[in-house]
Amino acid sequence: MEHFFSLLVRSVFVDNMIFAFFLGMCSYLAVSKNVKTALGLGLAVIFVEVVTLPVNYLLQTKVLGPDCLFDGVDLSFLSFILFIAVIAGIVQLVEMVVERFSPSLYASLGIFLPLIAVNCAIMGASLFMQQRITMDPSSTQAIANIGDAFAYAIGSGIGWMIAIVCLAAIREKMEYCDVPKPLRGLGITFITVGLMAMAFMCFSGLKL
Amino acid sequence: MGLFSKENREVLCNPLGSNNPVAVQVLGICSALAVTAQLEPAIVMGLSVTVIVAMANVIISLLRKTVPNRIRIIVQLVVVAALVTIVSQILKAFAYDVSVQLSVYIGLIITNCILMGRLEAFAMQNGPWESFLDGIGNGLGYAWVLIVVAFFRELFGSGTLFGMQVIPQGLYDAGYINCGIMLTPVAALVLVGCIIWFMNARAEKAEKKK
Repeated sequence: MEHFFSLLVRSVFVDNMIFAFFLGMCSYLAVSKNVKTALGLGLAVIFVEVVTLPVNYLLQTKVLGPDCLFDGVDLSFLSFILFIAVIAGIVQLVEMVVERFSPSLYASLGIFLPLIAVNCAIMGASLFMQQRITMDPSSTQAIANIGDAFAYAIGSGIGWMIAIVCLAAIREKMEYCDVPKPLRGLGITFITVGLMAMAFMCFSGLKL
Repeated sequence: MGLFSKENREVLCNPLGSNNPVAVQVLGICSALAVTAQLEPAIVMGLSVTVIVAMANVIISLLRKTVPNRIRIIVQLVVVAALVTIVSQILKAFAYDVSVQLSVYIGLIITNCILMGRLEAFAMQNGPWESFLDGIGNGLGYAWVLIVVAFFRELFGSGTLFGMQVIPQGLYDAGYINCGIMLTPVAALVLVGCIIWFMNARAEKAEKKK
């Protein structure tokens, strides 16, 4: 249980998807203009992450890993195609379910929902999970069972959501600032994210 | 229409400058930042993306009339994932050290928005040869931003280029120290911000001249 929580806290703050690995940057920059949509997208990312990561974990350990399907066969080179297929499929499924049962939520999420399939934070989490399975189990980063995969999914999703909501809040305020003209829009956003990343670096000293 | 007619040359050259995928279209930022602490992985990454975008553009452009509209995203993802798997296996075989350094970011080329962006916006409407040029142009436009960022980060962050010492030892003896922050994510973000600033300022000047 202790490992579960330290993995969770670690993936929110220390291994933050945005500030430590720059994953999911495209939608992060495009959708962070106001807090409300940012929150919606953040929640959608957490949800998709929580569903896809355990599925991909089972796929990796039961089907793709060495000696899983056939003796002496390591299928892990197929992981890119299978992981992305699982993610795209689940996103499609989620989209259909949401459309059927909650049309209002579907309308408010709009184009973001299908775009999550190509959000690198989701794919990145699956690929990092693949690396962490083989890690020494005593390390706080190791993912040894499906519970850990679950913790990592929640943690990295929440970390991503915190990052996008913070940036959206700052950008809302920045509307009123006198930024040099060529730097307006994207340029200053990058520099803001850089400064936020610097603030998040202080978490890297966290002992877990 | 010639192979290198005026339109085709524009397709190839625009992404290098006024329509740069990273600085102007804001595509493919994730990997642009993560692999640029040193020059060598940045160049390998730039080249891999160029090859993959060009190939994927050609394949999708050949398939564009046969693929039903509803499943096109899945088809695109599968084509791209297959190409990325091939590139990743080739890198593992011939450039193992670099592929270890790039780790998950090679796999993440699949979700690189440059690919989906170009496939959707260009390859679905144009023939294979134009799509090929568009892919090469966008790949190189992406690569040069990576290389510029990596150049500054490696030079000031560790005083080396391609792993070779560039800043002379005498300077270190005189009290010069490497700028550690260049190796952290922060510097990458700020540098890309500055490149965008520069490109915008230049575009504005060109507009005024007209």
